[in-house]
Amino acid sequence: MVQVQVVENILSANDRIADQNRERLDQAGVFSINFMASPGAGKTSTILATHALLKDRLRVGMINGDLASTIDADRAAGAGMPSMQINTGGSCHLDAVMLHNALQNFPLDQVDLLIVENVGNLVCPAGFQLGTHLNVLIASIPEGDDKPYKYPPMYRGVNVLLINKIDVLPYFKFNMDYFRKGVEILNPEVVTFPICATSGEGVGAWVDWLADQVKRNRR
Amino acid sequence: MVYTEEEYQQKRPKLMHELSITAHLLDLALQHGAAVNARRVTDLYLVIGDLSSMVDESVQFYWDMITPGTLAEGAQLHFERVPIKMRCLTCNQEFTPPKGTFGCSLCGSDQVRIIGGDEFRLDSIGVECDQPLEMEKGT
Ligand SMILES: Nc1nc2c(ncn2[C@@H]2O[C@H](COP(=O)(O)OP(=O)(O)O)[C@@H](O)[C@H]2O)c(=O)[nH]1
Ligand SMILES: [Mg+2]
Ligand SMILES: [Zn+2]
Repeated sequence: MVQVQVVENILSANDRIADQNRERLDQAGVFSINFMASPGAGKTSTILATHALLKDRLRVGMINGDLASTIDADRAAGAGMPSMQINTGGSCHLDAVMLHNALQNFPLDQVDLLIVENVGNLVCPAGFQLGTHLNVLIASIPEGDDKPYKYPPMYRGVNVLLINKIDVLPYFKFNMDYFRKGVEILNPEVVTFPICATSGEGVGAWVDWLADQVKRNRR
Repeated sequence: MVYTEEEYQQKRPKLMHELSITAHLLDLALQHGAAVNARRVTDLYLVIGDLSSMVDESVQFYWDMITPGTLAEGAQLHFERVPIKMRCLTCNQEFTPPKGTFGCSLCGSDQVRIIGGDEFRLDSIGVECDQPLEMEKGT
């Protein structure tokens, strides 16, 4: 047997397509973010709340990866966002190729900001870069304060953490210090915003920060 | 590994994850095997940190399923598992925390930084070639 050196990330092929996606988005002048979270954490609600506050400043579109239904994409379309559904065919996460194909048909000239709603899953999407400018994790209070400790890869790889459903904090045993400690150890650089997607509390701070990121990327 | 329908549906999301990882792994091995005109890829040496989500058994399961008929049929997967490694900012020691905990196992401090465990790579492959390999192959 002869040994041949490889030393490559196992998902390097995915990363290369992700780089192409980024290039295409940059050429189109579109800033993009990848929303990841467990099912029900509030991805769609947060997208709608973000759009509601941003729509006078930026044109927001969404691409939704779902196992079967088009419910979320329909909700976004109903709110006036250019939206598209990626049928993942049973896959537990979006990958760069799926987004690449979707971008062929998405009206990029109609948006400034593209939000990709990943498949609801706290494990699988973590390793698969899509090529978006930001990776965003939405953690919600009812999931419990131990999730960073149980799902390190997801917390480790994101740029932004939105802590959603802060309105229900009084009803859950959720130790915010314990939660944040785990996050800080896994990801000292992450930018965090506590929000309530349904009432809009805290969403303003997130949206202002995001609009600033979009502006910086344009320069 | 044989699952009942119910178990399969339960594990399916997780299984799909390992399937796509395994497919990427096969692509990578075939590509590097072909680059040196290998007749066969016989071994894959993987380095996987405990901070990356991958279940070795599932990858092995899919490997046996998708490799027949390829250059890598029957190739052996070698998993080198790298434990999570942290450095304590208080006592400055390096340690591996017990699962599900992050605090310093030496002094109890919670001021710690992660310094290892993200590895997720194919380090090398073992191949059989008809012609001896030229050794100047660049990386
Ligand atoms: N109380 C409360 N419920 C919320 C909040 N955000 C979302 N929800 C609810 O959580 C459920 C799931 O939300 P959805 O946006 O569909 O989650 P997704 O599966 O991550 O896209 C819905 O019933 C929402 O109304 C919040 O901030 N507070
Ligand atoms: Mg949704
Ligand atoms: Zn210590």
